[in-house]
Amino acid sequence: MLPKWFNTWNRDNPTNIYGPAILVGAAGLAVTVAAFVVVVGQPYATDSLQTGPRGTGMSVPEFESDLSEADPTIAGYLTRAQISDDAIASISDEALQNVPPGLGDISDEQYAELVVAMRAWTGIPDLMEDPDNYQTQIAYTMVGMTQSVNENWIGHVQSNAEVGVTCYTCHRGQPVPSEIWFRLGPVNEAAEGWAAVQNRVTTQSQYTSLPSDALEEYLLNYGQIGVHDLESHVAEYPSEGIQTWQDAERTYSLMNYVSNSLGVNCVFCHNSRAFYDPAQVTPQWATEMLGISMVQEINNDWLVPLEGLYPPERLGPVFADAPKAACKTCHKGYQQPLQGLNVIGEWPELALVESD
Amino acid sequence: MAEYQNIFTQVQVQGTPEWGLETESSGRERIGKPGFSTLVGWLGNAQLGPIWLGWTGMVSLATGILALNIIGFNMLAQVGWSIPEFIRQLFWLALEPPSPEYGLSIPPLQDGGWYIIASFFLLVSVMSWWARTYILAMEHKMGKHVFWAFGSAIWLFLVLGLFRPILMGSWSEAVPYGIFPHLDWTTAFSIRYGNLYYNPFHALSIVFLYGSVLLFAMHGATILAVTRYGGDRELEQIVDRGTATERAALFWRWTMGFNATMEGIHRWAWWFAVLTPITGGIGILLTGTVVDNWFIWAQEHHFAPMYDGSYGYEAYGTTYQEFIGQESN
Repeated sequence: MLPKWFNTWNRDNPTNIYGPAILVGAAGLAVTVAAFVVVVGQPYATDSLQTGPRGTGMSVPEFESDLSEADPTIAGYLTRAQISDDAIASISDEALQNVPPGLGDISDEQYAELVVAMRAWTGIPDLMEDPDNYQTQIAYTMVGMTQSVNENWIGHVQSNAEVGVTCYTCHRGQPVPSEIWFRLGPVNEAAEGWAAVQNRVTTQSQYTSLPSDALEEYLLNYGQIGVHDLESHVAEYPSEGIQTWQDAERTYSLMNYVSNSLGVNCVFCHNSRAFYDPAQVTPQWATEMLGISMVQEINNDWLVPLEGLYPPERLGPVFADAPKAACKTCHKGYQQPLQGLNVIGEWPELALVESD
Repeated sequence: MAEYQNIFTQVQVQGTPEWGLETESSGRERIGKPGFSTLVGWLGNAQLGPIWLGWTGMVSLATGILALNIIGFNMLAQVGWSIPEFIRQLFWLALEPPSPEYGLSIPPLQDGGWYIIASFFLLVSVMSWWARTYILAMEHKMGKHVFWAFGSAIWLFLVLGLFRPILMGSWSEAVPYGIFPHLDWTTAFSIRYGNLYYNPFHALSIVFLYGSVLLFAMHGATILAVTRYGGDRELEQIVDRGTATERAALFWRWTMGFNATMEGIHRWAWWFAVLTPITGGIGILLTGTVVDNWFIWAQEHHFAPMYDGSYGYEAYGTTYQEFIGQESN
């Protein structure tokens, strides 16, 4: 096909064309990629939130593409202004009779609006209809819990601005909120002590080999989270009541859970060179301390006592215990739940514990 | 013409196996029929075997296999003897040391007892392998440099699993046998004792570790670069310096004003490598026994720097709403 002189010339002049071709190709590709990045911009651009002094490396980095995307559940939030007269009229008289304790002071009109909203927020269409229904009974307690959180834990739920919580903060339109947790107990067979509660892939260990009982120990049992000695030399040895490296692993497990729950890293709260030092923490550390106490109260005073009300399929798989809450139940991976949407401003009836 | 290289060898020597020199015990202890492997030959010497087993080799292999099996079967028992789960969770599983309440007493098998047994066999295995490096060096009438170098690694091993737990009064301080769990221990150990980066011996150990890497790269590169002048015959160059050595030495002297010698570079490398676990072991041994919070210790000794500036994003003119691109809500 090719002329004879060309084949002859090729045979007489053997030349390695692959070496130069690879070199030119690689160099050309590099130039093209470099030109693309310069002209179009970095396709995975990041932004970062500085949280501490220069030189400490304290910042929370995020992809700009993630930052520009709003929490999709914000759009599903029913505001008071969106409630139509038809929706209010559809609330039956039976439901209007079921006023939970704590809401006795409000008018029928206000209460009907609240029932419409609560049904939308929790995705339970007949909530408050039948006083014997377990969901309605639990709702009685949950109204009190919401009021308590808004009033007594205002330092956490309004630490930056008026935000507060409603049913939607946890439920997001689902009868069972996402990111609830149950007691796991030992996760390993044929093991006791520390060996039994770690080294397994569980959601509570956040898929690490760290202990899986951190939420239970710290957010239910009031365990001691800090593990450090506050002097350089301390005469103590591993024994009952002394914090060991095993305790440090469990604290690490909790901290890992917190950072994943809020979509932040260690240095959002701490200067990682001295995790324990209260002189080297951000204001968010104090907010988090309040949050931990709040979750302990939510679990022990509000959620655990509901155990007898749930049907068996709503109880935990190991101990048949009541579902419990923690950071991620509200935060869902965001620094502020619903990215700081003010949900309490138009619902004053949920903001205060009724004074009587 | 094909080149002879030390790695990714293009020319392999395969033929009548070389049995090595005859020593007093070689006839009795040398076992295995030597063979050749082309695959192995790509990376190093193509000849495999024979091996000088001896009593140290037998003890070491037997106890090492026992220790590994105790660890493996404990992991298997933890996942309810499920092979798929064992494979799936292998990197997460571990044989953990006893819980702290048992101190230095013998704990129940399920809570660290198996760990103590496995550790005992591992200790015997490592120590007889150590003895092996001494005996084989004697057989060949060599210096004991490998023995002492391995000893420095064993020092760190003993500090982690024997000396420090005894000083702390609890076997629970030892390191778990597991892929991720031993890394968890490392992190937790550093955090518990106030940040190991402020431990000067930890810093020294890092210096020697990274220094070893640097020296190895420099030395390897230098010798390969002067191989064309016979520089890879290092022993000959040590006693009878040729142009290869001259060029290598001059290269470094012109580069940084100083050069090691053909002989001395190996002492540099040996000491850097050996000092890595020696200093590291000292740092571990002091932690929790002498110093309980390294950051505070560093503050007391005035080498923890102070930083100017506030903590929290509010101090840097940002809000969360600005960060997520919502000026107001």
